[in-house]
Amino acid sequence: MTLTTTTGSAHTRILGLGHYRPGNVITNQELIARGVDTDDEWIKSRVGIAERRWADPGETVVDMAEQAGSKALAAAGLTAADVDLVLVATCTMPTPVPSAAPHLASRLGIAAPGAYDISSGCSGFVYAINAASAAVQTGQARNVLVVASERFSGWLDMADRSTCIILADGAGAAVIGASATPGLGPVVWGSDGAQFDAVAIDDETRFFRQDGQSVYRWATSAMVPVAFEACERAGIRPSDVAAFVPHQANLRIIDALARKLGAPNAIVARDIVTSGNTSAASIPIALSRMVEAGEIPSGAPVLLLGFGSGLAYAGQVVLAP
Amino acid sequence: MASADEIREGLASILEEVADVKAADVSDDKSFTDDLDVDSLSMVEVAMAAEEKFGVKIPDDELPKLKTVGDAVAYIQSNA
Repeated sequence: MTLTTTTGSAHTRILGLGHYRPGNVITNQELIARGVDTDDEWIKSRVGIAERRWADPGETVVDMAEQAGSKALAAAGLTAADVDLVLVATCTMPTPVPSAAPHLASRLGIAAPGAYDISSGCSGFVYAINAASAAVQTGQARNVLVVASERFSGWLDMADRSTCIILADGAGAAVIGASATPGLGPVVWGSDGAQFDAVAIDDETRFFRQDGQSVYRWATSAMVPVAFEACERAGIRPSDVAAFVPHQANLRIIDALARKLGAPNAIVARDIVTSGNTSAASIPIALSRMVEAGEIPSGAPVLLLGFGSGLAYAGQVVLAP
Repeated sequence: MASADEIREGLASILEEVADVKAADVSDDKSFTDDLDVDSLSMVEVAMAAEEKFGVKIPDDELPKLKTVGDAVAYIQSNA
């Protein structure tokens, strides 16, 4: 018995981007006012964050995803009827089920698409755009809406000043669809599950926790060859990279990676300064804001580098929409 | 095998590069965090640079035990 299969577009690209940052601006002073034992200058110099956004108490992962997703669809010039698959990268849903994607699709009026969530912490967005691209390439979907949405404010230990000052809320989105030429380079992905406990939501306290030193060492050493390999496999040199958008983990990790990558012509995303670390959402929020601000020309190569909980990572060169 | 003086000198140049610590301030009795203002992430940078320079392995769970410059010199000397 031979089964019939489908084929799609050989190439895919990002058709449009969107982002949503909650209106609630939490400055370092505001954290101090809320009882966190910290210091504005210390946070700015050691972590690089001046302010972050937190959702309102009633504002959910799906609410934020809806805002970012509808903007990405509009930027792509598409409507709900053009989307066959909806993917949400998140690790901060209030409960393990239901997943966010079907609810998000329903909110956006996308009728009965394939819909599922991807849980890979801070690398989730890059994994999700590759799942999206594969669906378009195999003819399973014409266009895929990918949204990374995180609401870390509900999972923070306000007595742990090494994490509660960093994590934040927000959503970023991309529409992936067919392209005449390659718009997504090969992904370089991998994981180190021996360090599974280094970044986690604790099963007893329900608070986010991380081993900052291990993650810092891993991110600033093991991620450098991943960045180089992503460029090499896409057939470009680091000097060709127009923008470097790593996960917005900590400004010192971002600066160390940028220094070691040595991409002299790249604008480096430093969105963490005003958005904080929004886990899976940090890459699409930063990318969307840079494109919106006119900092990255259409068609320019952008190096994405997601890394975090798992530990898992994924690096990839994409062309700006 | 590097002498204690050579290791201290090597650490001083790493500390200057990574954390803007003046070489003259580096002596065995100085605490990394309290005296030299080297925070936990900079300690990881110092450890990674020291590993390369001295051919020693300094795991993250050893870092909290290396409170002073003298602790680090002794650790590197006995593990290199």
